[in-house]
Amino acid sequence: MSNTIKTLAVAGAVAAAFASYGTTASAQAKEKCFGIALAGENGCAAGPGTTCAGSSTVDYQGNAWKLVDAGTCVTMEKDGGRMGSLEPLDRDLPKS
Amino acid sequence: MNVGQDQFRAALLDATQPVPEGLTDGAGAPAGRRYSVYRNNVAVSLTEALIEGFPVVTKLLGEVNMKGLAGLYLRRHPPTSPILMLYGDSFPDFVATVPQVAHLGYLADVARIDLALRHSYHAADADAVDPAALAALPPEALIAARLTLAPALRLIRSPWPIHAIWRFNTEDGAPKPEPGGQDVAVLRPGFDPEPHLLPPGGAACIAALMSGATLGEAHDAGVTETPEFDLSQVLSILLAGGAICDIHK
Repeated sequence: MSNTIKTLAVAGAVAAAFASYGTTASAQAKEKCFGIALAGENGCAAGPGTTCAGSSTVDYQGNAWKLVDAGTCVTMEKDGGRMGSLEPLDRDLPKS
Repeated sequence: MNVGQDQFRAALLDATQPVPEGLTDGAGAPAGRRYSVYRNNVAVSLTEALIEGFPVVTKLLGEVNMKGLAGLYLRRHPPTSPILMLYGDSFPDFVATVPQVAHLGYLADVARIDLALRHSYHAADADAVDPAALAALPPEALIAARLTLAPALRLIRSPWPIHAIWRFNTEDGAPKPEPGGQDVAVLRPGFDPEPHLLPPGGAACIAALMSGATLGEAHDAGVTETPEFDLSQVLSILLAGGAICDIHK
């Protein structure tokens, strides 16, 4: 590829990527959704020796989250009319 | 206790070895079965660490088989660090050598995704550049620019459809994997790492950028792999994942 063509190809790619920034991004984006995960299925990639993943002990625990497609969280309805939330909830907390 | 660490450790991961001589319980009597209880707890805790650290491998194998595989691994590769969160670093390479799972050719590369997600989670934070800074460079400066990519970025190349396999086993209703190789970039915009499928040539391009190549050279690396290489797709993925942290003109 000649240098001029390559220069234009790279510049065009950057321009296209910049133009699509924020649009293609949201197609793949996820959001943390509280109050929808079944017990022990809440998200976390921290791994062993930590205490976060799979640590929820009740279904739909209000302070446990799971990643879902962006924009879908607050429309999720689970058993008993429970709705997902982008903020931690104080419902369905484990008895201490 | 008048038992050396070497003696204590040698028998720790091998239940066929006798309880180290001279090991006593609180009352001064021989430790006997108490040591065996301790020995069992070591193996069980490391097995649990591997199950937690490789959730998709565990799902593919089933918990019983995963426990068997973990038992083999932990005895050959006991922890080298007191920090448990990164235990299992060499597990993917080990999986590739185990004859009992050789029929699951993709297993080692799926283990690499599990491991990469964990490493990405614990990698250093870095602020992403404003994409406008990249777009503002004139074309000649762009091809000569070098990018600093996020420490949380990980790259996995595979002759197997590892992204599809990973999704199929983690997402409800994900499509069934189709044959064919897939390359994956693990990105961590914010705090939660996620694997992204790369287009053909994308991994070669990102690998070049990671090793300090210019944007022009990285573009060449992608084109060398496939003439249809599309740099804009790769840049879109990197920008959306907050993976471009600095631009050097």
